[in-house]
Amino acid sequence: MPLCEVQDLQVRFPLRGLQAWLRTLKDGAPPVVRAVDGVSFAIEAGTTLGLVGESGCGKSTVARSLVRLVEPAAGSIRLDGTELTTLDDDAFARVRPSLQMVFQDPTASLNPRLSVRRAVEEPLKLHTDLAATERRARTDAVLEEVGLGADLAERYPHELSGGQRQRVNIARALATNPRLVVLDEPTSALDVSLRARVILLLEELRSRHGLSYLFISHDLATVRYLTSRVAVMYLGVIVEEAWTAELFAHPAHPYTRALLAAVPVPDPDAKRDPFVLSGEIPSPIDIPAGCRLRARCPLARPVCAEPVPVREIAPGHRVACHLV
Amino acid sequence: MSAVIAVEDLAVRFSTDHGEVEAVDGASFDVRPGEILGLVGESGSGKSVTAMALLQLIRKPGRIVRGEIVFDGRDLCRLSEEELASIRGAKIAMVFQTPRTALNPLITVGEQVARLYALHGGLSSAVSRRRAVDMLRLVGIPEPERRSRQYPHQFSGGMCQRVMIAMALASAPRLLIADEPTTGLDVSTAARILDLLRDLGRDTGASILLITHDLGVVAATCQRVAVMHAGQMVEIAPVRALFARPAHPYTRALVRSIPRADREVTMEPIPGAVPSLLEPPPGCRYVGRCPWVEDRCRREKPSLSEHAADHLVACFAVEDRRAAV
Ligand SMILES: Nc1ncnc2c1ncn2[C@@H]1O[C@H](COP(=O)(O)OP(=O)(O)OP(=O)(O)O)[C@@H](O)[C@H]1O
Ligand SMILES: Nc1ncnc2c1ncn2[C@@H]1O[C@H](COP(=O)(O)OP(=O)(O)OP(=O)(O)O)[C@@H](O)[C@H]1O
Ligand code: SF4
Ligand SMILES: [Mg+2]
Ligand SMILES: [Mg+2]
Repeated sequence: MPLCEVQDLQVRFPLRGLQAWLRTLKDGAPPVVRAVDGVSFAIEAGTTLGLVGESGCGKSTVARSLVRLVEPAAGSIRLDGTELTTLDDDAFARVRPSLQMVFQDPTASLNPRLSVRRAVEEPLKLHTDLAATERRARTDAVLEEVGLGADLAERYPHELSGGQRQRVNIARALATNPRLVVLDEPTSALDVSLRARVILLLEELRSRHGLSYLFISHDLATVRYLTSRVAVMYLGVIVEEAWTAELFAHPAHPYTRALLAAVPVPDPDAKRDPFVLSGEIPSPIDIPAGCRLRARCPLARPVCAEPVPVREIAPGHRVACHLV
Repeated sequence: MSAVIAVEDLAVRFSTDHGEVEAVDGASFDVRPGEILGLVGESGSGKSVTAMALLQLIRKPGRIVRGEIVFDGRDLCRLSEEELASIRGAKIAMVFQTPRTALNPLITVGEQVARLYALHGGLSSAVSRRRAVDMLRLVGIPEPERRSRQYPHQFSGGMCQRVMIAMALASAPRLLIADEPTTGLDVSTAARILDLLRDLGRDTGASILLITHDLGVVAATCQRVAVMHAGQMVEIAPVRALFARPAHPYTRALVRSIPRADREVTMEPIPGAVPSLLEPPPGCRYVGRCPWVEDRCRREKPSLSEHAADHLVACFAVEDRRAAV
């Protein structure tokens, strides 16, 4: 049984403001943003699933619904067999220690008035009933583990570098001994040398503790390095999912192909796949029927206006495209 | 072929509460006609400060303490504010990392571009508005006529960046400085901005100084690359030579420290941290991180010298190794 199983997850946001009001008059119903529109995936214990896709496709919304920062409209989220969406707040609070999240911006997610030690201790106070001395011991152990020595423990966020701040966030997420950590672009705000260290740290922590990650990133090179499976999202749905090596070697969905073709690689002689999409990503308010990529896809045919079946084209390699 | 801009021994300092920060320490490089020169290095290595110095935009508490910047036969460091005003934004233009905040939210996008045409080309408002639409089309804004009547908040981040490029090009500059023009954009959008820069270099003859810390961007876009470490220029080479035969220990470490989307690699982070610029090592600023460090490196500053054809390196160990063969 997978550690985490998400089925047919849907998240909608009501639209506000004048435009929304005008549309309500016109359509008779208030418009909604279908940010996540039927997403399913599973994460095996001890592995990392990468979630990639264009800006605005719904990656963060998936992440936030796992930790209950947004409420799904429908669908199921199971952790270790427990259905999370139907739990009341108290029951969810008991599950929460095993499910943690690290956000993109290492600075914005830290309280400037808490020292490093107190920032890491805080989730222990909130989510566990450890005694003060046990909390202290655990905090020291986690700080040590992410490579923040005792001399840094008394510092405040403004006295830390970007890489050190992100380590504090990782330490906070690890403090409660989670099973699954949701990482939403944890390395995007870091510069090259710090990024390399945080990537290696994440990988080491995963293998040492058998952690599982949901790893969200625009950086496909890092995704290739860290993940065992990758799911590609486009406009609220997953269009392709495969083992990492398979996905990078044989991308099947036209969207995945275009995404990989666009990644600049550090080799001036690299042959670029000239596969490109036209136009911009449509708004998640007016989602086209049939395949959502249709209007931008160079391969589109009339059949693409029909609902798209998901097919398994190789073991563990699923694609939602009429022409694959 | 003479350079569009030639920088010689540029040094920039900032006074802070804790002392003097020498953010750029004797940087020399040139940008050639029609080329895209990449400027890479870790955060804080002095890339943006160098760019601001080229435009003579270093403001207090900072100042240029030495060096010359020759553009059009004149040293920009010696020009008056009026003379600079006729160069800045006209002959040398700049695109910043945060396009949305650089646009005026209250004026339509088309009007903002048109005003620049009116300013630089002395065109009537009707003509400059038409030119603005043409330029928006050139930088790949779909339906430029309709879009030119919209406001910046109705544009995505990638489209704002295109508008910034259109504005920078309004004066037909000879040098375009682009500071991290794709950072924060998603892969597909970034790829289109880079294609655009490449085409512009070819079509308008403008030279481009492209600042980035993404080596993939460099490989895909630039002809030559300059590498900075802690305010010092450590290596300048044609892009192929830099990736195939990086010579400086810092460049070698930089190339090994990145994961790749096109193949499996083992990643090794660059050892140590960028030294404090408050009390930097007096000689080579890489001494604290360098596997090849020699006594001399701690006392003297290595200067850029020819390592191979068109390939400059500033490192004593590299010099010694070359002499030994
Ligand atoms: N609170 C909200 N209210 C209304 N719309 C929202 C809200 N949060 C997200 N959205 C919309 O939902 C869609 C998905 O957003 P989401 O942040 O999940 O995208 P993402 O894939 O994480 O993008 P990025 O790569 O830019 O972080 C977007 O169209 C976004 O504008
Ligand atoms: N106004 C200032 N006062 C003091 N120090 C400054 C000032 N502006 C820049 N610096 C210092 O100059 C150094 C170089 O900064 P610069 O912004 O050029 O780095 P960069 O290479 O562009 O980095 P990044 O990749 O993060 O943009 C940094 O150490 C910075 O702290
Ligand atoms: S000059 Fe010396 S310290 Fe600097 S990079 Fe070369 S060997 Fe290392
Ligand atoms: Mg997001
Ligand atoms: Mg900068």
